[in-house]
Amino acid sequence: MSVDLSQFVPSFLEESFEGLELMESSLLNLDAGDNETIHSIFRAAHSIKGGAGTFGFNNVTEFTHLVETLLDEIRDGRRDITPKDTELLLVAVDCMRLLIEAARDDADYDEDKVSETTRLLELTLAMTRPSSDSEMVNIEQDSKTPAGKTWHITFIPEHHLVQTGNDPLLLFNALADLGELSLKAKTDLVPPIAEMDATELYISWELSLISEASEADIREVFEWVEDECTLEIVGTEVSPEPVGSSGGSDTAKTSASELSISSGASANAVQSPEKSDKNKTKSKQDAGSIRVGVDKVDSLINLMGELVITQSMLSELGNDFEISKLEKLKSGLDQLLQNTKELQESVMKIRMLPISFAFNRFPRLVHDLSIKTGKEMNLIIRGEQTELDKTVMEQIGDPLVHLVRNAVDHGIESSDIRLANGKPKSGTITLDAYHQGGNIIIEISDDGGGINREAVLNKAIEKGLVDSNATLSDSQVFDLLFEPGFSTAKEISDISGRGVGMDVVKRNIQSLGGRIQVESEPGKGSKFKVNLPLTLAILDGQLVRVGTEVYIIPLITIVESLQAKPEFINKVSGDMTLYRLREDNVPVIPIYQLFDLPADTKDVNNALLVVVEADGQKVGLMVDDLLAQQQVVIKSLKDNYQQVEGISGATILGDGSVAMIIDVPGMIEMAIERAHEKQNEHSLDGALV
Amino acid sequence: MDIQALAKDIPAEGEYSLEGIDFITSGKQYLTFLLGDEQYAVDILCVEEIRSWEQPTVIPNAPKYVKGVINMRGIIVPIIDLRLKFKVCQAIYNEFTVVIVLTVEIDEHSRTIGFVVDAVSDVLNAEDNEIKKSPYFGGCVPQTYIDGLINVGAKVVTLLNVETLQLIEKHKVD
Repeated sequence: MSVDLSQFVPSFLEESFEGLELMESSLLNLDAGDNETIHSIFRAAHSIKGGAGTFGFNNVTEFTHLVETLLDEIRDGRRDITPKDTELLLVAVDCMRLLIEAARDDADYDEDKVSETTRLLELTLAMTRPSSDSEMVNIEQDSKTPAGKTWHITFIPEHHLVQTGNDPLLLFNALADLGELSLKAKTDLVPPIAEMDATELYISWELSLISEASEADIREVFEWVEDECTLEIVGTEVSPEPVGSSGGSDTAKTSASELSISSGASANAVQSPEKSDKNKTKSKQDAGSIRVGVDKVDSLINLMGELVITQSMLSELGNDFEISKLEKLKSGLDQLLQNTKELQESVMKIRMLPISFAFNRFPRLVHDLSIKTGKEMNLIIRGEQTELDKTVMEQIGDPLVHLVRNAVDHGIESSDIRLANGKPKSGTITLDAYHQGGNIIIEISDDGGGINREAVLNKAIEKGLVDSNATLSDSQVFDLLFEPGFSTAKEISDISGRGVGMDVVKRNIQSLGGRIQVESEPGKGSKFKVNLPLTLAILDGQLVRVGTEVYIIPLITIVESLQAKPEFINKVSGDMTLYRLREDNVPVIPIYQLFDLPADTKDVNNALLVVVEADGQKVGLMVDDLLAQQQVVIKSLKDNYQQVEGISGATILGDGSVAMIIDVPGMIEMAIERAHEKQNEHSLDGALV
Repeated sequence: MDIQALAKDIPAEGEYSLEGIDFITSGKQYLTFLLGDEQYAVDILCVEEIRSWEQPTVIPNAPKYVKGVINMRGIIVPIIDLRLKFKVCQAIYNEFTVVIVLTVEIDEHSRTIGFVVDAVSDVLNAEDNEIKKSPYFGGCVPQTYIDGLINVGAKVVTLLNVETLQLIEKHKVD
């Protein structure tokens, strides 16, 4: 029987990466004597080894076997786990990831790191191993956890065995399929080289097999060579293994069933109730696939069914339509609307994943950074179940990593400084995610020294980013951190401080349609607040008309829409128009002017104003008419054209025409720039006069 | 009927120029079109479709030659008026004005742009060696957009480079 295994490789890889993440997070949470955690780490390693063996990723199998052996010793209580072991295992997990990635991409990997880790693992193992079984060779197949007898097999083949077309290796592989096999080659029968016949086999073997298989099963393996060898099989009982070892104890090991065992094991591991970190899955490396709960798919299928029914109902209605059926048509269309909406919601839900997918790499990161910097710190993660669109999730990972690195490197002080300042010895970094309106807010806060306002300002002046006698508000100063080429770190470390990061962070967040804000208090710590849209695909929009063009303003940004009253309009500082909205003075931005369009009304008196807010700034957008509100699918202009200032994208309206979506923060920026240009012109004029 | 006899009836390449046998010639095919009274050509394999002119949605603050974007089966496609871009003639929009939509793969990313031209004229076969280098004597069309010239009878067709055309909005007009 042969099954095309290659079709299972992607799922093996996916499960392996999940397993690795589980191992990693469990290792970080490992307390001494916590057997359940050790078990789940072991199970994950075991599944990976089994799968890798099945698919022929031999280097993965070999390496994982070492890890598994070490874990096995810890699990059985033969070894106490020390922080050093945990470190080693974490490095080993990294190596396994390297190896699996290399297997996936068919690429090279960092062999030095792997061989160094292999050496360390072997060294650690050798420290407890009773004797050096230097001649023992483990054949690493998908060895099942021993649960049966130990069989001692003496296999002395006739010299001409290989001439009859038999290969001892095949026999051993077959045996290894039955259980855990170790073997010892005896070379005492090998004659001096001068008398040797290259076509003859002089070696004999002593094998020991731990397996549930019966003697008959083993004899069956040797069936073809029985007459050409001396065979002795002796069995001894071994004590049963503790429960919790892999579920795979059955002997039938076709490749397909092997796969199902390994997937079962990893599923168990993922769902083990004691885990605080559930839903471990691949991070951003593979954008290719998404895991969807069966319930979500079922609800989709149900909705699809309803949609089909509605459609057939409507088409029947259309076949012989008469005006008396108008009511029926209307209710049918209502139903269609309902179905479409529900379908859309369900489809969007598929793309939503809990943010723990992005957060789960941070415990390891903080752990490593803590060792590297010698600072003690804790990581608190909150709101990890907050859901976020997959695309946003994939792209927010790196900026978040950067912010956390920054918090560790620049934020948290070293222990003695902290103690001197009357703070707890170890610093705390908090990751928090929650929903606010149609946005998701991610906060990265530390209880470190806070941002040194003076240092930032001095640096900015030194770099010529600001004028030396400019007076800036705190938030303006903190915004300087996001300027390209800005870094206040006294020395460059490999964690952060090269000053290439924060501007990239800001750009990445902006490209997702998000914003970043900084709050900081000297001596208390700082907080970076990332504000992201939930999804990039759809938004609720208000359609407005300017001249002949239709624009869409994201509903989320709109504060209110109103008919301007002449008495509330003030012209100030020459050419700026302000509208008094209760206590606020709101600058008016005429869209027609900014976009250079013909408009119906150019007079701000009696104009329609849509008051929008972005970055805490309110502005009134002047439009000709308010049209419908509807959900629109965002299409990129960048694909075939380029980014357009003041426009975040385009969409297709019901009549098939294209409408532009207004990028409110971008538009405000644009208006400010225009005003600056105007001012410069004026001051230039003044100078000339 | 004798197949040999039939084969004799098929004219050798270059001997005649009969319509309908284009597909058996060995050269590449080019779509020719008019800008004013000048003939231009693009590689026919890049032509996605030819559509009649319709008023597109304006892109704010875009250069004059970028007329806007249209919806082509769910894709947002920018429309560029080649006549304005190359300043070769007056841009008049009438019932003969057409948009040639070109799709080109650049850096594993396909870009689709529509180009407004006065009229589509013909499909032209040309061997690589028939494409002559364009002499550098100025003219309105920048050299980067020109792949060469093809002689068709007494007339000359300018062969445009589809890849640089796709990047058209990134170049400054000079």
